[in-house]
Amino acid sequence: MAEEVTLSGHIQHHLTNAKMCTTDSGLAFNKACSDSGFWTWHIDTLAWSIGLGILFLWIFRRAANKATTGVPDKFQCFIEMVIDFVGDNVSKTFQGKSALIAPLALTIFVWVFLMNLMDLIPVDFLPALAGFVGETAFGMDSHDVYMKIVPTTDINLTAALAVGVFLLMIAYSIRIKGVGGFIKELTLHPFSTNNKLAMVFLIPCNLLLETIALVAKPFSLALRLFGNLYAGELIFILIGAVGLMQLPLHFVWAVFHILVIVLQAFVFMMLTIVYLSMASSDNH
Amino acid sequence: MNLNATLIGELIAFIVFVWFCMKYVWPPLNNAIEARQKIIIDGLAASDRAEKDLELAQEKATAQLKEAKAQAAEIIEVAKKRETQIVEEAAVKAEAEKLKILAAGHTEIETERNRVKEELRKQVAILAVAGAEKILERSIDAAAHSDILDKFVAEL
Repeated sequence: MAEEVTLSGHIQHHLTNAKMCTTDSGLAFNKACSDSGFWTWHIDTLAWSIGLGILFLWIFRRAANKATTGVPDKFQCFIEMVIDFVGDNVSKTFQGKSALIAPLALTIFVWVFLMNLMDLIPVDFLPALAGFVGETAFGMDSHDVYMKIVPTTDINLTAALAVGVFLLMIAYSIRIKGVGGFIKELTLHPFSTNNKLAMVFLIPCNLLLETIALVAKPFSLALRLFGNLYAGELIFILIGAVGLMQLPLHFVWAVFHILVIVLQAFVFMMLTIVYLSMASSDNH
Repeated sequence: MNLNATLIGELIAFIVFVWFCMKYVWPPLNNAIEARQKIIIDGLAASDRAEKDLELAQEKATAQLKEAKAQAAEIIEVAKKRETQIVEEAAVKAEAEKLKILAAGHTEIETERNRVKEELRKQVAILAVAGAEKILERSIDAAAHSDILDKFVAEL
């Protein structure tokens, strides 16, 4: 078995999601879905991300249920530290008041952190386990079982988060400034003049620039998180392929990655707050 | 990039998670934290107040103690004065009593002396009469010579 697997094939196997799609003959998986187009579901991404999201909500909901105003136990203290950290950043960064921003920031921070954290599980553990289960329980070839356990290395997930934030940015812009105000913001800046004729020429330029600036925000959000985690995962996979030397290398990269994991979750959260703060503030 | 339906699924999951967090996670935790902060603020204020109260009470106690000491000193002063006065009064009274007793003694002595004198005078008169009787070897008519005898006794 090992002879047949080339390094690039090994890496390719690691970087492929488990797919599911519907074909004419019912549900199909993986290779059968290679030409299913848009309506393909990455079931590993979906399962791990939703599972981790539920884990996050379960942990925090448990703390919320037990929350007392008296002396908190250590679990509650820890949860409150996270809440306080997020709330602090939100209140310092977000101008104005909104009941949505803080829970949104908390969800992004903890959820993304948990998904990034999956990167620290040695790269072969869960895919090999999935292959073993697939082979013994379902009689599949273990090479046809795919399992990508870090949901943030899937562009679909980071794009989904970015699209969510983007929709909120537009909603906040319209809610605070009105549709007219939002359109004015997109067309009358950064170039403006009192000359009506010149303005007619400037408006398309402004619209182009502002639209690019607006759309760049979700793109940068999605690609930054995806790029960092994808690269990190790729390096883990490469380290995993160099024999015994992988032990010290893996350790060093994992230690460094602890920083990346938290930092990327934090950056995503902070940028979300900043973008929404910009969207809901009037002065351009 | 292979964007596909996963994006939609994740977007829905994201929205649901944020909604759940906003509805059931953030408010109770945040409320608990804020309520505890309020309790701590109240507690600190109460302890401040208690400290101030304690200071006041201590000041009051010190003042009262001082007053009590002053009062005690005053009472002692008055008592001392009264003591001196009582001693002086007693001395005066004793002096008077002494004089009275002395006077009484003198009177008594005088009376006694007079009585004794009288007695002696009588005895002497009797002795004189007896002596004279012996000398004259005869009785003297006491009645006849009483004037002489009385003269004699008076001279004693």
